[in-house]
Amino acid sequence: MSSTAPTSPQPSPTPERAGAPAALSDVTASDGALRRFLHGLPGVDAVGLEARAASLGTRSIKTTAKAYAIDLAISMVDLTTLEGADTPGKVRALGAKAVRPDPTDRTAPATAAVCVYPDMVAAAKEAVAGSAVKVASVATAFPAGRAPLAVKLADVREAVAAGADEIDMVIDRGAFLAGNYRKVFDEITAVKEACGASARLKVIFETGELSTYDNIRRASWLGMLAGADFIKTSTGKVAVNATPANTLLMLEAVRDFRAQTGVQVGVKPAGGIRTTKDAVKFLVLVNETVGEDWLDNHWFRFGASSLLNDLLMQRQKLATGRYSGPDYVTVD
Amino acid sequence: MSKKNKKTRQAAVASAAEAGGTLAATAAATAPVAHAAPERASAFAYAPAPESRAVVDIAPSYGLFIDGEFTEAADGRVFKTVSPATEEVLSEVAQAGEADVDRAVKAARKAFGVWSALPGAERAKYLFRIARIIQERSRELAVLETLDNGKPIRETRDADLPLVAAHFFYYAGWADKLDHAGYGAHPRPLGVAGQVIPWNFPLLMLAWKIAPALATGNTVVLKPAETTPLSALFFADVCRRAGLPRGVVNILPGYGDAGAALVAHPDVDKVAFTGSTAVGKQIARTVAGTRKKLTLELGGKGANIVFDDAPIDQAVEGVVNGIFFNQGQVCCAGSRLLVQESIHDELLDSLKRRLSTLRLGDPLDKNTDIGAINSAEQLARITSLVEQGEAEGAERWSAPCELPGNGYWFAPTLFTGVTQAHTVARDEIFGPVLSVLTFRTPDEAVAKANNTPYGLSAGIWTEKGSRILAVANRLRAGVVWSNTFNKFDPTSPFGGYKESGFGREGGRHGLEAYLDV
Amino acid sequence: MSEKTDKNAKTGTADGAGRRLSVFKTYKLYVGGKFPRSESGRVYEVTDSEGHWLANAPLSSRKDARDAVVAARKAFGGWAGATAYNRGQVLYRVAEMLEGRREQFAAEVADAEGLSRDEAATQVDAAVDRWVWYAGWTDKIAQIVGGGNPVAGPFFNLSSPEPTGVVAVLAPQESSFLGLVSVLAPVIATGNTAVVIASERAPLPALSLGEVLATSDVPGGVVNVLSGRTAEIAAPLAAHQDVNAIDLAGAGEALAKELEIAAADNLKRVLRPQPVDDWAATPGTERMTAFLETKTVWHPTGSLGASGSAY
Repeated sequence: MSSTAPTSPQPSPTPERAGAPAALSDVTASDGALRRFLHGLPGVDAVGLEARAASLGTRSIKTTAKAYAIDLAISMVDLTTLEGADTPGKVRALGAKAVRPDPTDRTAPATAAVCVYPDMVAAAKEAVAGSAVKVASVATAFPAGRAPLAVKLADVREAVAAGADEIDMVIDRGAFLAGNYRKVFDEITAVKEACGASARLKVIFETGELSTYDNIRRASWLGMLAGADFIKTSTGKVAVNATPANTLLMLEAVRDFRAQTGVQVGVKPAGGIRTTKDAVKFLVLVNETVGEDWLDNHWFRFGASSLLNDLLMQRQKLATGRYSGPDYVTVD
Repeated sequence: MSKKNKKTRQAAVASAAEAGGTLAATAAATAPVAHAAPERASAFAYAPAPESRAVVDIAPSYGLFIDGEFTEAADGRVFKTVSPATEEVLSEVAQAGEADVDRAVKAARKAFGVWSALPGAERAKYLFRIARIIQERSRELAVLETLDNGKPIRETRDADLPLVAAHFFYYAGWADKLDHAGYGAHPRPLGVAGQVIPWNFPLLMLAWKIAPALATGNTVVLKPAETTPLSALFFADVCRRAGLPRGVVNILPGYGDAGAALVAHPDVDKVAFTGSTAVGKQIARTVAGTRKKLTLELGGKGANIVFDDAPIDQAVEGVVNGIFFNQGQVCCAGSRLLVQESIHDELLDSLKRRLSTLRLGDPLDKNTDIGAINSAEQLARITSLVEQGEAEGAERWSAPCELPGNGYWFAPTLFTGVTQAHTVARDEIFGPVLSVLTFRTPDEAVAKANNTPYGLSAGIWTEKGSRILAVANRLRAGVVWSNTFNKFDPTSPFGGYKESGFGREGGRHGLEAYLDV
Repeated sequence: MSEKTDKNAKTGTADGAGRRLSVFKTYKLYVGGKFPRSESGRVYEVTDSEGHWLANAPLSSRKDARDAVVAARKAFGGWAGATAYNRGQVLYRVAEMLEGRREQFAAEVADAEGLSRDEAATQVDAAVDRWVWYAGWTDKIAQIVGGGNPVAGPFFNLSSPEPTGVVAVLAPQESSFLGLVSVLAPVIATGNTAVVIASERAPLPALSLGEVLATSDVPGGVVNVLSGRTAEIAAPLAAHQDVNAIDLAGAGEALAKELEIAAADNLKRVLRPQPVDDWAATPGTERMTAFLETKTVWHPTGSLGASGSAY
């Protein structure tokens, strides 16, 4: 696969994605209607969901399929650094790596984006300038989201103003768990508005805190109704992040949402995906749940940092027949 | 989902369509097709991932296993066993006749004295040995089973073989604890067990039969099905490796005549059969008036009942698993889908979408979901019943998939517009064919589910706990799966009501069939 | 005075000495909670062990057998669905009613089996006690033969016994009352309904038992009692597609084989005749378990949250 294919120019966000799609506008008309709709979604049987995810995890992806999957996975990585210790230097190195993940092999595709805190957006933009790599910024008082709405919106506006192509917001899990769905909805629509026409919005649910699969399905629909371009599992900052099961559930949600509204929404599992084997399992989930329409970095991303090097080592192994080692990939 | 929301959702779909495809157009505009790079066309095609055949070494010919030795049939007859996926001849196998049955029963009778006199703890250790050897050789046995039966390696590897080993482990543990099994202080074995098993789970059915028989101190003569004799013959070798005394297990590959001779043999004390209801009835007549104890595990026409508040994605998986597991060649298959009328269209759309992703093909490929039908004969039966379904006016839909040129194949198929009067709703098809019926109320669902001479299995899909229990109570079926399907475990008794047979296999209940109680 | 004289007195004629003319009892079938005559309109003579006429008993036809099955099937849902506690209360009530009619049954059993009054009373007492024994079993058998199964997965798996349905019972030929109760009580204790063919030669205690059952809160149709030629009535029952099981206790070897073959047509559960030395001995649970199905239900348990998954 060429390095340009996965990051070829994408259509810009469609303006009608602000707010609920027309087809479902009535369900967001009031707090009560929204609650009834979300609670009326089909339940999730945890054992069955996990069994299905595990079963898809037994797919055997070999040779050409593996090569395809590895390049696709690389092209879907949101290469992430979200540390208190982040510096412009660190972000520059990350950007360079995103643009050219394997300095020894120019056929390796670039990643989809780098993902940084808002104050690092400018440095990141500079680092990926001239490439198709996007800059994503977490915002809205990431990761806890415990700040006044005005602060969250300012956070978003700063990031967008600094050039962020994508905003990864966190929802107010407290409001969600308290049953205050309308508050969550309004906050997402406000953030979406702050993103303007230029930035795509990823909505992070922090699935590990929502705890139940029923909540994850409700949050997925809530996010999509409110205008999310992407729904994303986690911040990577809590104990349980992306799992095959919660990602499968979110894939089912975007599939059903498109079937009902015609609107396609992306999915981003984040946190805990570290190996090629893991990543391929997620791609199998995508392939067999929503199909090839989502097998593209415009619609599916991995929020990860260490994953990329494992993908690169596996890529080298496929190319040379030898197992690679950590000294043959860059540590940035 | 609640009725209110359902209406909302359906209305939404309708309005999307009415809007002259504006929303659909939005999707098209944003879909990646619009900016497809050349690679996009190929999508994510899984490369072949075949399990290696080299792990199993099939001899050109096999004998009968009698009294610890492989031997030719008395009349020298042999038959060929083929791979249903390719029609390739795998081996030539001795074909047991009446004289061989007599020889095997005599060997088992002779061995019974010693075997039944062994302390239970010693018998247990033999069974533990067998279980361990099966675990060690599970890859080999899985490949062998896939070759001879046609079922996907994914199933033999992940379901058949682990269950086979687990079954021997489970019953091994009972051998020295029979006094505590609830069948009196010192329950005694019956003697020689004549066992006839089918081709759909060759080694697993062998385990279901042999493990409890040996644990309780019986000796066995087992006839595997004529289309799948190989794993039973490999099991004979496992017995030898385990040092099992001669004659305790005898394996007689052969046809129905050998089975009939075994069942009718005057020195057999116990008959256990798994297979068709028609043959089961014949066996029941044969043993009538004798002292032979009989257990039968026969056909079914299981109902999978999906209520409008079901966990819908899991229900779809369960329905698929219920009828397409092992190409639907499962006695407890959920071959009738009873769906609440209010979600019929929604569920059918999901089912068809899901069936379109099933991967049919080389059973040895690790990504194959649907393998070959076991024999030309079975394929003909499935085909004929499906033709009858069409002739009777049911609407047929088959998953779009390419069938290999050689071997016996049938695409996953479902019938809609089926009523209780249709043949496809009443007869066991024993193939990948699902009949879809609707119901309006729980009462109607139960009435339709029970409206069959069979009573082996049923499924219930609803998120409402009290409904699960109420419906489960009223279903006349030996195994009920709520919000799951086709789950098996050695500790869990399995067997049917009504014409699905009698007696239970598995669990503490499974001991009864082999004890003088 | 000898037993024989007593009998003569009972069936005797009025005489000039003012002895009262006794009232003969018309024995009838017990079907669907009612006491019909045989549909055939025919009766047969029942004699005591020495050949003296005791009474006429209905000679049941195939159609009586069919009606009895219809009644038993109709009663099955309600009886099987009754609580085990309730069934126990009802069976205990049978014992109470029987105790009150001890003398009548002792006389009938004495006549039927050629026993002394004391011997017969012992049989009746044992039969009363047998009802009590099974009354106590109704809400315990499920705990003895059912239970949880520790499957290797996230499932709660429970096996419970359920009644098999309509059971045809060929009552023992010799032990006309204790034998009858010993085969009938276990069938209905677990929620089955029964069509009983009384001892051919000595049907009177069985027919009288119907009267007890009718006044003991046993719902109509739960027990149906037929008298007549065992082989004639049993044949259509064994072949009946809406009968789920058959107890061949009262069948000889040849008949048992013939019926077992017929029973195979819809795979009835068959309890073959077994030699019984002493009907008074404490029974095991076998006569109950012979007519129980085991239903195993799987329920997913799963984790409380979505955090348990790993890959």
